[in-house]
Amino acid sequence: MTLHFKKESFRDDFTFSNSREAIRRFPFPFEKDEYMYSVNIEQHMPGPAKSPFEFPIDIDEHYVAEMHDRALVLKEDPGRCQSLPHMITAEWDLVELLMESMAKHYPEHFQLTRDGDAWHWINRPLGIDQRFTFGDTATLPHPPMEYITRQCQGDFALLDQRLGNLWMDSGMITGQADWSLDFDIGMNFMEWHAPVPLAKDMGVFERALKFLLNLQQGRPVRRLNWTMTINPRLDTSPENYDKWGRDRTTVTPENVGDKVHLRVELQAMWRLPRSNAIVFSIRAYMISMNELVTVPKWARRFHRVLRDVRGELAEYKGLSRYRDTTVAWLARYDDGAPTSPGFAPD
Amino acid sequence: MIEISQFDSRPTCGRLALDPRARTHLVAAEDEGVGAILDIFTGASDARSRAILLYAETGDRGAPRSDSLVGLGWAAFHPAASRSALLADLDGVLDAATMGTRLYAAGSESFVGAVIARAAGFGVVPQSVIAEKRGSLARRVQCVHCKHVAEAVTVSPYRCPGCGQSLLVRDHFSRRLSAFQGVRIDAEMPGDIPPAQELTR
Repeated sequence: MTLHFKKESFRDDFTFSNSREAIRRFPFPFEKDEYMYSVNIEQHMPGPAKSPFEFPIDIDEHYVAEMHDRALVLKEDPGRCQSLPHMITAEWDLVELLMESMAKHYPEHFQLTRDGDAWHWINRPLGIDQRFTFGDTATLPHPPMEYITRQCQGDFALLDQRLGNLWMDSGMITGQADWSLDFDIGMNFMEWHAPVPLAKDMGVFERALKFLLNLQQGRPVRRLNWTMTINPRLDTSPENYDKWGRDRTTVTPENVGDKVHLRVELQAMWRLPRSNAIVFSIRAYMISMNELVTVPKWARRFHRVLRDVRGELAEYKGLSRYRDTTVAWLARYDDGAPTSPGFAPD
Repeated sequence: MIEISQFDSRPTCGRLALDPRARTHLVAAEDEGVGAILDIFTGASDARSRAILLYAETGDRGAPRSDSLVGLGWAAFHPAASRSALLADLDGVLDAATMGTRLYAAGSESFVGAVIARAAGFGVVPQSVIAEKRGSLARRVQCVHCKHVAEAVTVSPYRCPGCGQSLLVRDHFSRRLSAFQGVRIDAEMPGDIPPAQELTR
């Protein structure tokens, strides 16, 4: 599959947008007209052609622009990529997982040649041609996790497994929905989820952790999560909240369609072979309200979901200041007709 | 309105209790933490003979509390003039520690957090430390924006000494940094800063 990579920005002039094809393949996360937390984990099996689930690692038209944005974030704040020393084996595991998957499914763009530990990686969209020795950090220009995640869409965390828990001991987190790797690194599963309301009392984390502790090699899993972002900004980190927070007060009935974005995270998890660590990938997709309503079913359904989402959840996701304005705008696209089950457009 | 919620990342600790299986009791205390140490060791001379006590007196409140500790027959007693001196002593003791050593910490939340974070560097599992909070409710807080760590924050919001912004103190706690998280409170509505409230727990 040959992709055409767009030139666009996720800051300042915000030229990001989705092509018709990208809208069509957007991972709309609501299968019903209402939303509440659940342990919505499923096997990360190959999905329909052209969908974001077709391949284990999804590369799309935003690839080059997202990698450029990541480089800008890291230049300003190198602490967005951190790894505790015992995670070095897991870092190499990640190099293998991502290079193998990208080269296998996007051979026009990426190529990997292995001869024992002598590896040769070619990344055409970013103009990279790298020979290195697998397992020898000195042969790469960056540590292994940083090297490969500067070339792969999505945020990545590496979770160590010990003491019956998962520990977030490594990560490349530059496009996050308001959580800090620098603060959370070293925390266990319960600790880093502590700020999430309601879910704990529902037993969601306990069940999810139990499930993940038993994750097997070769059987990755995934779930979808969502939030909303004002302007197509990837870097909605707490570090920069003092800069982007006021965007939330800029929504008016006239600009909802352009400014307000649904942001969906495709979270996929793999068990790694050498380290027994888990890769937790958080691949974000954004769609403006104008783009969303080109799919009538999604317009109706998202109107209902957003209107009815519980107050604590809206507050946690930071929607409170612009929810009413957005719901009123979306109401014009909801004639009350029933929606069909499932995620897909009709 | 300021919401100060209870998060799971904030360590809870109860009261000190002797681990009867410990070969060595390694005890770190600061200021009011002394009370917790005396509670469990006063009637336990056998335990005291296997206890290494590190004590830092940082307050300036009349008679030194360490007076009540000396002469109790500890295996070793290391008084320190500051928390950082105590932590440096702790490094030395942990470096030479053997199997069967149990670590105890007693003092303010900030002190307990600092001991646990320091010991983690020597492979001491944080959950294995027996700890009790006594004394000041002041918190150590890291500004998520400029990363400045304020040592003794007693109110929320507080003004970050690093970047000057008004920060809400979240209950979210990092053991590694031994600090709570501070986030700008008026990021969405600049200037809309509620009155500071005392951190009461």
